Amino acid sequence: MIHSLFLINCSGDIFLEKHWKSVVSQSVCDYFFEAQEKAADVENVPPVISTPHHYLISIYRDKLFFVSVIQTEVPPLFVIEFLHRVADTFQDYFGECSEAAIKDNVVIVYELLEEMLDNGFPLATESNILKELIKPPTILRSVVNSITGSSNVGDTLPTGQLSNIPWRRAGVKYTNNEAYFDVIEEIDAIIDKSGSTVFAEIQGVIDACIKLSGMPDLSLSFMNPRLLDDVSFHPCIRFKRWESERVLSFIPPDGNFRLISYRVSSQNLVAIPVYVKHSISFKENSSCGRFDITIGPKQNMGKTIEGITVTVHMPKVVLNMNLTPTQGSYTFDPVTKVLTWDVGKITPQKLPSLKGLVNLQSGAPKPEENPSLNIQFKIQQLAISGLKVNRLDMYGEKYKPFKGVKYVTKAGKFQVRT
Amino acid sequence: MTVGKDVSALFPDVVNCMQTDNLELKKLVYLYLMNYAKSQPDMAIMAVNTFVKDCEDPNPLIRALAVRTMGCIRVDKITEYLCEPLRKCLKDEDPYVRKTAAVCVAKLHDINAQLVEDQGFLDTLKDLISDSNPMVVANAAAALSEIAESHPSSNLLDLNPQSINKLLTALNECTEWGQIFILDCLANYTPKDDREAQSICERVTPRLSHANSAVVLSAVKVLMKFMEMLSKDLDYYGTLLKKLAPPLVTLLSAEPELQYVALRNINLIVQKRPEILKHEMKVFFVKYNDPIYVKLEKLDIMIRLASQANIAQVLAELKEYATEVDVDFVRKAVRAIGRCAIKVEQSAERCVSTLLDLIQTKVNYVVQEAIVVIKDIFRKYPNKYESVIATLCENLDSLDEPEARAAMIWIVGEYAERIDNADELLESFLEGFHDESTQVQLQLLTAIVKLFLKKPTETQELVQQVLSLATQDSDNPDLRDRGYIYWRLLSTDPVAAKEVVLAEKPLISEETDLIEPTLLDELICYIGTLASVYHKPPSAFVEGGRGVVHKSLPPRTASNESTESPETAPAGAPPGEQPDVIPAQGDLLGDLLNLDLGPPVSGPPLATSSVQMGAVDLLGGGLDSLIGGTNFVAPTTAAAPANLGAPIGSGLSDLFDLTSGVGTLSGSYVAPKAVWLPAMKAKGLEISGTFTRQVASISMDLQLTNKALQVMTDFAIQFNRNSFGLAPAAPLQVHAPLSPNQTVEISLPLSTVGSVMKMEPLNNLQVAVKNNIDVFYFRTLYPLHILFVEDGKMGES
Repeated sequence: MIHSLFLINCSGDIFLEKHWKSVVSQSVCDYFFEAQEKAADVENVPPVISTPHHYLISIYRDKLFFVSVIQTEVPPLFVIEFLHRVADTFQDYFGECSEAAIKDNVVIVYELLEEMLDNGFPLATESNILKELIKPPTILRSVVNSITGSSNVGDTLPTGQLSNIPWRRAGVKYTNNEAYFDVIEEIDAIIDKSGSTVFAEIQGVIDACIKLSGMPDLSLSFMNPRLLDDVSFHPCIRFKRWESERVLSFIPPDGNFRLISYRVSSQNLVAIPVYVKHSISFKENSSCGRFDITIGPKQNMGKTIEGITVTVHMPKVVLNMNLTPTQGSYTFDPVTKVLTWDVGKITPQKLPSLKGLVNLQSGAPKPEENPSLNIQFKIQQLAISGLKVNRLDMYGEKYKPFKGVKYVTKAGKFQVRT
Repeated sequence: MTVGKDVSALFPDVVNCMQTDNLELKKLVYLYLMNYAKSQPDMAIMAVNTFVKDCEDPNPLIRALAVRTMGCIRVDKITEYLCEPLRKCLKDEDPYVRKTAAVCVAKLHDINAQLVEDQGFLDTLKDLISDSNPMVVANAAAALSEIAESHPSSNLLDLNPQSINKLLTALNECTEWGQIFILDCLANYTPKDDREAQSICERVTPRLSHANSAVVLSAVKVLMKFMEMLSKDLDYYGTLLKKLAPPLVTLLSAEPELQYVALRNINLIVQKRPEILKHEMKVFFVKYNDPIYVKLEKLDIMIRLASQANIAQVLAELKEYATEVDVDFVRKAVRAIGRCAIKVEQSAERCVSTLLDLIQTKVNYVVQEAIVVIKDIFRKYPNKYESVIATLCENLDSLDEPEARAAMIWIVGEYAERIDNADELLESFLEGFHDESTQVQLQLLTAIVKLFLKKPTETQELVQQVLSLATQDSDNPDLRDRGYIYWRLLSTDPVAAKEVVLAEKPLISEETDLIEPTLLDELICYIGTLASVYHKPPSAFVEGGRGVVHKSLPPRTASNESTESPETAPAGAPPGEQPDVIPAQGDLLGDLLNLDLGPPVSGPPLATSSVQMGAVDLLGGGLDSLIGGTNFVAPTTAAAPANLGAPIGSGLSDLFDLTSGVGTLSGSYVAPKAVWLPAMKAKGLEISGTFTRQVASISMDLQLTNKALQVMTDFAIQFNRNSFGLAPAAPLQVHAPLSPNQTVEISLPLSTVGSVMKMEPLNNLQVAVKNNIDVFYFRTLYPLHILFVEDGKMGES
């Protein structure tokens, strides 16, 4: 099982280590640094590294490396999932998962790590249970604690630990009972030069924010549940009900959580809401090139497309870019060669475009590859797959909750090749 | 937490704070103890009392915390005190305490395995598998798996249908991590027939929709393994295949690290059952901002899935990739185009034209890579695409990598008759002959000989030049030998030379990088583990050869055949009839078969298996002696004729030896030395040995080898109680310190006056050897004949 954990920042300092079994020397991380050096880019460090006596499994999150050391045969996914859970927990507790936040709350970090893993076996990873055991830091609480001498650590057995519904604690009370659902869909797509779709799919999630008293039993039904054929569920969902009736029936955890994630892959269901006209060319034997892109709406179901950003990794030989946008603003970083164009909204009457000259290194051969465009956008009040929530019913409690559903479509990994 | 400062000096003060009611303070004290107890073992004893007291606290949280912490204090003295509270906690009324205690058994086992076995904790742990609380079941399963991993021969995880049922029930109710443990446990079970396999599959399938990817992959493992038992015409088989695709695809939308592990596993799954993902090609298309390790894996899988139906799409993608920035990725993409051409015949033409387009880009590494794969295409489809040779020749000058140069030279030699200036081209290579790598030199030699055989008149000078370069000026034996062979062939019988050198070449196979089927089957059993990431069986990389248990896919058995008794069925079936039957693990004959059937890499070294599997040892040793018959120590007196029979009797040599032992007065059969303790397990100390009996005295002949980097001293040996009371009659005498790489041979006289305890098997001997580094334990089996006195009566027993 998981032996030790090292947290390493971008400059290669090990700033926190935790050992659940015997102590493993820091020098084991040298193998990691070696791999990091070889990979050049931080994102390219291989996640599983073998060393003569240990295996290092690492993840890269929020500019930090979480490197775990294992000694025996352990499913790597298990370790990677756990590490992400650790990062999520820090995020949840401190608002951000950064070196500064971890260093500021080092006592809580150790208490958390101690609770999350026992001898390498995961113990309590549900945020509800952890929060009962170790209360998250707030300014008010630290003031109260220092006056009264009480502590951040709960002294009762977390009720969820052992019940059949470990994700929910007992005795939840709210004055306003509310249940909100966000249907968020991200379009992953690759569009080729000529504008036709090479690959497109929708990665959807339903995130819930449930603040309901007592032990509510919810069931959520859809207008078109047949869309969902590839789904991953939160453990609270009763799988049998879904199989037989296509209804999500569950006792929800308290607070924010991801209810389901799903994937819609059949091509005809995936609409592509924007198109890009582009012409990027570099002249042979001259130190300049032309750059011209225009974005327009397409299949947007009558909604406004907003928050558009275009990022382009320009070839290495590009020295600078001299462009004029009809809308929004652009920046070009000559070191990383990244062009970012913050477009904003599309108004169909006047399509946004970005035109101008590209300065190349003189004497260098013209770049072989044309850059890919990475596009971000957002469409409010629309789930592009057409998924619609039909109704939400609550059983088991008497009160009437506020209910709400919000739909958002975003670009995921949306790439246009040029 | 202490910012690197050593605060062990505060030990007594911290321990004083232990008896507090403040839970946070208590936790911090416990944390301190875990970190510093090892450095202050004597003081740590002071804490024991509080631990014992806390284990009886009315608050289950405190009871659990105490047990948990005690298990983490790796001090031998404390461990002894831990046993009683642990026993109580294993039977605690509160499931939270029970589940914590279950993990504590695994911790304790890691510190002192013998203690755990002696105290009977393992049985209690097994009982916990049937606990009413799912979390307790999951943790017990996890603890047992971890213990079993260090004791592959123990039957800790012998599951029966009842316990399987318990596990399946707990599976639905426990946490995600518990589900992983239970699924991994289930994967080790072999259902008795297809009906049982199907019912387990049905209950595992819902796990495929779990949000935790590790649960998904463990479920996939169970399904892939048990599917093997289902008949292919079953409706359920088809349904299951369909259900497997979506979760695998979903794994690819997760974080890149998860994607990587998933892709490595999908690579295995696609090789075993390509039908699962054959329609999902597009999800493996590469996004330009994927990390490089994900890109390369995706490319691999794309080629495996390429078929006539989707080849157009794949080629368009590959062409796109070939213009990317990352050199490694571009190279692999170009290579992939070549592999597509070889795999899908209909696409070959399109692939070749794509490759030609790429050559036109004149990007150096693309051109080189393209030429290497075009060579393979020529081998696969001879006399079809030779029209492109002219284009290839244009790029001759830009080739600077040996592989590409060699490929180009091969092409020139092979098609010398169609290239007008072949001799000039080859001559240009010949100028810098000595600076070329061996690969290019060999290829050049062969190519020029081919050219000579095709155009003998113009190239005589050239061939002489290359032959003399190869045979006289080179000190590479391969090159020299090849040169001489050609020379002799050409000078003695040019017609024969023509037949040899220009013989028709066998077509190259479709896919060259498939994993060998037996290894693939084994790896399928390891889906989701490190083995699946490395595509190697665990025996190839798990440290110390520990946990080398061969897993194999269950054989397909129809329920009506299950009337045969399950023990005899696998072992009895001759391998010829049912080639996919790999016998169950732990089966004595089965393991031997496995040794023969398994691929070379996966076969465990005989020495290792002799340490772990007592029963195999006899036969293993026997096999050894069959091969190296000279290993036998010659009897000191004239051997009785019966003794000569021993080597022939191989595995039965012990039996023969019984008779010979009766016949001869002194000196008897001595088994060759076997490695009892491999160096990897004992920090560099390797012990091999055997038992001998000479003139009424038994001795253990040991050979100690120091494979560490430091000097070893202070050797001592001790035996555990055993069936015949064997004990060392003198201390282990190693006079000089054992320096690195040194070996000493010692004969340790034994007596039979030690304390007696029945062992299983009867001749099992557990030995502890101590040196200045550590104490090591191993066990071995002694041949019973060493106990027999020469007059034919059995020694005191």
